[in-house]
Amino acid sequence: MIRWLTNRFAIIVAVLVLLYLFLPVAYTFVFSFNNYRKSNIVWNPVGSPTLKHWKDPCGAPGVCDALVTSLQIGVIATVIATVLGTLLAFALVRHQFRGKATSNVLVFVPMATPEIVLGASLLTIFVQGFSRVGLGLGFWTITIAHIMFCISFVVVTVKARLQSLDPRIEEAAQDLYAGPGATFWRVTFPLVLPGIVGAALLSFSLSFDDFIITNFVSGNETTFPKFVYVSYLRGIPAQANVIGFSMFVLALALVIIGQLVGNARRSSK
Amino acid sequence: MSALAHAGSAGGAPAGDTPPQEREGRSWLPYLLLVPGALWLLVFFVVPLVQLFTVSLQSQFPGYPGYYYRDVNFSNYLTALTDFAPQFGRSLLFAGLATFFAFCLAYPLAYAMAFKAGRWRNIMLIAVIAPFFTSFILRTVAWRQILADEGPVASTLNALHLLPGGHITETWAAVVAGLTYNFLPFMVLPIYASLERADHRVIEAGGDLYANGFTTFRTVTLPMSMPGVLAGTLLTFIPAAGDYVNADLLGADDTKMVGNVIESQFFKVLGGFPVAAALSFTLMALILAMVFVYVRRFGTEELV
Repeated sequence: MIRWLTNRFAIIVAVLVLLYLFLPVAYTFVFSFNNYRKSNIVWNPVGSPTLKHWKDPCGAPGVCDALVTSLQIGVIATVIATVLGTLLAFALVRHQFRGKATSNVLVFVPMATPEIVLGASLLTIFVQGFSRVGLGLGFWTITIAHIMFCISFVVVTVKARLQSLDPRIEEAAQDLYAGPGATFWRVTFPLVLPGIVGAALLSFSLSFDDFIITNFVSGNETTFPKFVYVSYLRGIPAQANVIGFSMFVLALALVIIGQLVGNARRSSK
Repeated sequence: MSALAHAGSAGGAPAGDTPPQEREGRSWLPYLLLVPGALWLLVFFVVPLVQLFTVSLQSQFPGYPGYYYRDVNFSNYLTALTDFAPQFGRSLLFAGLATFFAFCLAYPLAYAMAFKAGRWRNIMLIAVIAPFFTSFILRTVAWRQILADEGPVASTLNALHLLPGGHITETWAAVVAGLTYNFLPFMVLPIYASLERADHRVIEAGGDLYANGFTTFRTVTLPMSMPGVLAGTLLTFIPAAGDYVNADLLGADDTKMVGNVIESQFFKVLGGFPVAAALSFTLMALILAMVFVYVRRFGTEELV
């Protein structure tokens, strides 16, 4: 009886928690159809629902510039952080070297530091040191900061995947006379790849969604989250809702397609 | 740091350290893998923290607000701690409450994902991460509208006379609710990961030994998931303690957290840099101290 209850209890709570996670997303979606006047806070029954914001998502001034900036920073930061983090993860899992413990701490501590401290500390060097060499606050300082905080998350994700690999698979490859290069590229790398892709997705979402660090190091550059935050006082345009919800659907579609491709490949083997 | 120092002397690594199957002369490989990322973290993480520390010791130029000179002035720390003690306390309290509520919500979800979901498991995993892409600020603003006085939650509670002050927004409850919501995925994912790795046969054995559901959970399942709970607690508590967006968008002046103070000292108060730096540094030291105590107590396998 108690087991029956705990079984059902977990599932019921799980469904409720998922609904809770989706509630503000649904709210964002609904208000993307609002025929708002000044601010998109109260539902306007006159002329709503309307598709006009979906037909012209760039209609609000600045919203698409901010989106493009965020996407550019997200892609650059993701590529660089994924490469650097993956290399680090391989060094930390597969090799013994002096300074390994220190390196582990160096990777871990940025994750244990509140974002506001990271933002504040970067601001002090960008303002007091880097402006002298011509690096003003803006696009590149944001990108540098995003790469920095993404590296640790990439290392953790790739490390977990590497550690869960069965070492006997690689030994088998070597027993079959594969050299170290062939073993790496034809056995190890494909097995670690899902972890690397996951790390890249995580990096992109962290970069795309970051507000606190970005706000400290951005100067006059506006990313999508900063656009939303700044326009909050005057009223967020419904176009921001359109873009926010589209990103959510896009991410969902991307991950689900990835899952389906993965399953198809597995079942065809 | 020493990682770099060692990287410089990579050639001098003793040959006896490398495993026998590894070829001679490849001892530089780990350093080659290590250096680019480690260098990035040194230049853009360690150096800025050192700089922040020196800023926290600066003094203001008398008569020239907004100008500082290098100094070893610990009074900034005294100002930071005496003037902003309430905000500090609130940050820790709110983050602690949010972590507790996030744990209560996350555990059943992670448990259902790991043991009950079957083929729905991956879909649920995606569902936990997907809201991230809608933008943290947009979702927090949505919460403000949902919890607003004329919104569905507050008006229902008011109609039932269940809301003492008449408001949810502009109160600590809204801030804690926002923090709980925004950092919930950071609690779900590590707990799920450790439950998924747990050996299901051990849990079944608990039942076979005539333990009831609750006893099995308390003595077998929960201890096995402790590394995930530990990681989740840190990953939720740390960003929540440093957050200022939730307090800004959902709270009022009397619910401001230390993040709000740091932000406004940096951007809105002329000459607030040293005190803001001192506040940041105190927050970081406090959190790192807690992390190290926690890690000492429970082990590091899930973290480092």
